[in-house]
Amino acid sequence: MLVDFINWLAATQASLIIQKVFWIIPTVQTAHILAISVVLASMAMFDLRLLGLAGKRHSIASFSRRFMPWLWGALVVLAASGSILIVGEPKRALGNVFFEAKMCMLATAIAVTLGFQAILKRDLGRGGSDLAPSHFAAAKVVGLVSLALWIAIAVAGRLIAYAG
Amino acid sequence: MLDHFLHWLESTAPAIAISESSWLFPGIESVHVLAITMVVGSITMVDLRLLGVNLRDRPVGELIDEILPWTWTSFAVAVCSGALLFSSNATHYWGTFPFRAKMLLLILAGVNMTVFHATILRSVDVWGRRPQTPRAAKISGGVSLGLWIGVVSLGRWIGFV
Repeated sequence: MLVDFINWLAATQASLIIQKVFWIIPTVQTAHILAISVVLASMAMFDLRLLGLAGKRHSIASFSRRFMPWLWGALVVLAASGSILIVGEPKRALGNVFFEAKMCMLATAIAVTLGFQAILKRDLGRGGSDLAPSHFAAAKVVGLVSLALWIAIAVAGRLIAYAG
Repeated sequence: MLDHFLHWLESTAPAIAISESSWLFPGIESVHVLAITMVVGSITMVDLRLLGVNLRDRPVGELIDEILPWTWTSFAVAVCSGALLFSSNATHYWGTFPFRAKMLLLILAGVNMTVFHATILRSVDVWGRRPQTPRAAKISGGVSLGLWIGVVSLGRWIGFV
């Protein structure tokens, strides 16, 4: 079934164009990497703040306001550029073990981020100026898990090129 | 002379280990890509502030003190991992256009940064707290952003020649 889908996708007009025009894939990969830079740098800053290793003078809420829009913006660029790469080379990504691992970790990272944002929003809604102190320990776990996931996602992305 | 050096580099033990191993190159390449994303992502934050686009409520001097140590650490990792990747096939990489152009842009980025530190940054206490930045700071930030986008593009291109 996946094979049928890959073959169908590879035969579409869009895929044929991407395959034929030599500069599309390197250029889109470059845009993809630049967007990953934005995600990793933003999330590293935010996660290091959660871990208490950076920007302790500023509140978690202010870090969230500062960096979360960049995460979501860059993720849109990543989804769009990633989709173009899949359409152009469906066999390279779909069914690739690193690609599947990357997507699972991506879903987990997004779920962790949304979950933490929901907790932060609730704490702020209760009249606090920042994350409630009772959630500080959980924030450290979130920071560590999130940082590890985003790094692993980037590494898995690069390794897609090396596994059939 | 240079040919001699490149051949010697390829014959060193780490270079041989990398070119003969099936996982060393992908592993080091992953580290290289991670380090570059941290370099470019962190420098972009500073450049966008210099352009007056982002983080306008933050003093420029404070932002630079906070962010640049991360940039330099990541840059050191990128240089070391990049040198290892280069050594595994030195004569090939040296002969390609994107590799040479990437090195040139890295040098230009260094020059741009040196000029920035030697001139406009010296008076950062005067202008650094304003949301809008002087024209010289905008030029420096814009040039840096352009050069680093070029470095990433050329780096990706190396893998296609």
